[in-house]
Amino acid sequence: MTRTDPLDVPRPHAQLHFGVFFQGVNHWTIWSAPGSGSQIDPASFRKVAQTAERGLFDAFFLGEGLRLREVDGRIHDLDVAGRPDAITQLAALAAVTRRIGLVSTSNSTFNEPADLARRLSGLDLLSEGRAGWNVVTTDNAWTGANFRRGGYLDHADRYRRAEEFLTVARALWDGWEDGAVADSATARAWSAPGAVRQVRHRGPQFDVDLAPTLPRSAQGHPVIFQAGDSGEGRDFAARNADVVFSAHGNDFDDALTFADDLRRRLRAVGRPDDDLRILPGTEIIIGATEEEAQEKKQWIRLQQVTPATALGIAGLLWGIDLSDRDADGPLPKEDPVVTENDGSFGARRIADPRAVVAEWRAKAEAHGWSLRETVIALGPQRGHVGTPSGLADKFAHFVRHGAVDGFNVTPYLIPDGLDDIVDLLVPELQERGIYRTEYSGTTLRENLGLREPLTRRSAPDRRQAG
Amino acid sequence: MSGPALHLAVEIDGDGAHPAAWRRATHSPDQLLTPRRVAGVAAVAENAGFTLVTLDDGVLPPGAAPDPVGRIGAVERAAFVAASTSTVGVAPVVSVTYAEPFHVSSQLASLDHISAGRAGWVVAEEERPEAARAWGRPPVADAEARARESRDGIEVARALWDSWEDDAVIRSVATSRYLDRDRLHYIDFTGETYAVKGPAIVPRPPQGQLVVLGRPDRVPAAQLDVGLVEGRDLASVARAAAAAGTPRVFAEVEVALDTPGATAAERVADLERHAAWSDRGRLRHIGSADQLVALLGELSRHLDGVRLHPLVLDEDLSVLSRLVLPALSERRLVARPLPGTSLRSTLGLERPANRYAVAATAAQEDAR
Repeated sequence: MTRTDPLDVPRPHAQLHFGVFFQGVNHWTIWSAPGSGSQIDPASFRKVAQTAERGLFDAFFLGEGLRLREVDGRIHDLDVAGRPDAITQLAALAAVTRRIGLVSTSNSTFNEPADLARRLSGLDLLSEGRAGWNVVTTDNAWTGANFRRGGYLDHADRYRRAEEFLTVARALWDGWEDGAVADSATARAWSAPGAVRQVRHRGPQFDVDLAPTLPRSAQGHPVIFQAGDSGEGRDFAARNADVVFSAHGNDFDDALTFADDLRRRLRAVGRPDDDLRILPGTEIIIGATEEEAQEKKQWIRLQQVTPATALGIAGLLWGIDLSDRDADGPLPKEDPVVTENDGSFGARRIADPRAVVAEWRAKAEAHGWSLRETVIALGPQRGHVGTPSGLADKFAHFVRHGAVDGFNVTPYLIPDGLDDIVDLLVPELQERGIYRTEYSGTTLRENLGLREPLTRRSAPDRRQAG
Repeated sequence: MSGPALHLAVEIDGDGAHPAAWRRATHSPDQLLTPRRVAGVAAVAENAGFTLVTLDDGVLPPGAAPDPVGRIGAVERAAFVAASTSTVGVAPVVSVTYAEPFHVSSQLASLDHISAGRAGWVVAEEERPEAARAWGRPPVADAEARARESRDGIEVARALWDSWEDDAVIRSVATSRYLDRDRLHYIDFTGETYAVKGPAIVPRPPQGQLVVLGRPDRVPAAQLDVGLVEGRDLASVARAAAAAGTPRVFAEVEVALDTPGATAAERVADLERHAAWSDRGRLRHIGSADQLVALLGELSRHLDGVRLHPLVLDEDLSVLSRLVLPALSERRLVARPLPGTSLRSTLGLERPANRYAVAATAAQEDAR
């Protein structure tokens, strides 16, 4: 890619933000290589978070899955699994980091506002304003089987519940006046009279009445992340989120289309169109030369897509158990079986298997690929591969044209998968003026360059927003 | 009884056991809910040689105006404390009257991983009807129903901790398998009010099972590792300890100690001008450090440990640290935890076998 004149672009002063997503579940995390560390040892989390902080990342991000994944009614055994409760782990990391944001993926279906809003507040206070909440929803009874309330939620109600959840959470976070707590032990009362408001909420999803037990942190509210990609999910983000963790970060045009769509939705709800940060999830593979980077990618893909994983992925697509086939042989001869529910949960489901299989056959035949090579070549194309300077030029192009505000990096190796990015890529980004050389603030909200929480803006700000 | 040496636990929530303790704290009220305060108190307790710190909690405010109404969740504080200490045990107070046992189990298992096996759980109940309104759930109205929720919640948490065998992560490159699914188990719990499928989403805690503490008059003794007993005098504490039926027994002891600036009685009187220190039926020591050392010496004949509830943390924890623990240590009356030791080992409790692994082995033997 040729370097563009940095000033002849839509956003000449745009800055790239990085998050790191410690995944803990799925086949993109390599567990078989010599450098593959523990997925549960606190030292792994500390190493990744501290490396990210050394690289001036905005956020350290943890996922959540409330039931172990299953395929064909059996526990999926090929990928890394078994991770800590996100908020608990992040509260521990708050003690050993100073500036990086700590973002928890937490489910709005199988939690209650009194509990989750308070846990997030606690994390926000312990980290002095560095907490984030990635709001996710679930509807299925399969996950509900682990909870008192069961899988009662109608699919259409997922986002309604999430939105009402956020409304109650924000009311709780806003329940204490600023300066509510006395600044002297000789005060007549610990908190000023009337400074804490009872929260009473009665809606279709929640009927609660409680006193919030925590003040706001230095950043006001935890930063709200959202990842849903459907139209409903995007509208939810436009109304509620501060950051979108999208799946549109590989291809420039796709990323820009997504970003423009989101900006349109923001304006439609009366928010400034720079009120959200768009951080697509991505993998970054770095080599000293382009050729070395491609070789590394091939090695990584072979580690990620083992023969058994290739057969598992193909089995999901075909709708039949292929585990006894040869992954290094040709594609299965059978037509895919299309069923309503294949008994698999927490794993990817495919919309039109027949069309995908037809495409796979055509390309495998044309290139002489085995099944495993086909899965690797035609599976989801993720991430960016190149030299530090090549990647820096590419990311400068992305961010200066408003296609992304940064990336949420998914390391393929734990705990050392960020080292190359921090040591080799970050200096190149800094040289191009698109990456900070020190943290600009102390809170996650400040470092992301976000405005006040939505419910904390003064009336003139809201008018500006309209 | 593990021996003559006492294990000392200390409750470090808020500013102390007295509702008006904040008035004698050495920090201003607005410093209470800060990481510096949370880590600072735990560091003092660890350096003093306490076996365990506990962190009280509940969904409702800890008190009512004019006293403190704010509190960071105990699990979050415990995780933060675990990451900033190396030796002391850490046990949040968590109730399962309304909370999801699946979440509670995950949180506590995670705390045990974070602390490398120093985690405990003080089981409590949400007694007030306001807690049901806060959660938005039907009230669990009477003592019997609350006991049922605790019993079922502990059963679920403990079963989930066993639902991953210790060696469930196999990383078998030869077979491409990260997990051995035969070493993962559905718990299939069905209680009166809910069911939980399992397995856990967190691997088995380092201790196998966390140390579970609770009141033997509220929780079946078989579910507890440490019974927390109460009594207004030595004789009733000794009787409660003898009747507890738990592997270890700790007595709840409230303490107000003489400080260089004021006697214990003066300090209590000062706070009583503002609020009453309600009588919870616990042994209460108001006096000198020497007298407390003597009392603890007496208690060591009947109990494995005590949990101290200091009147004002900033004042009493300092006296405990400077005078009481050194005196007990000199007389070999206190057991100080060693770095790198799990809470379970410190308390002389065995690492429990996994119920599912035991069942699988038994089934294999039957098949032979």
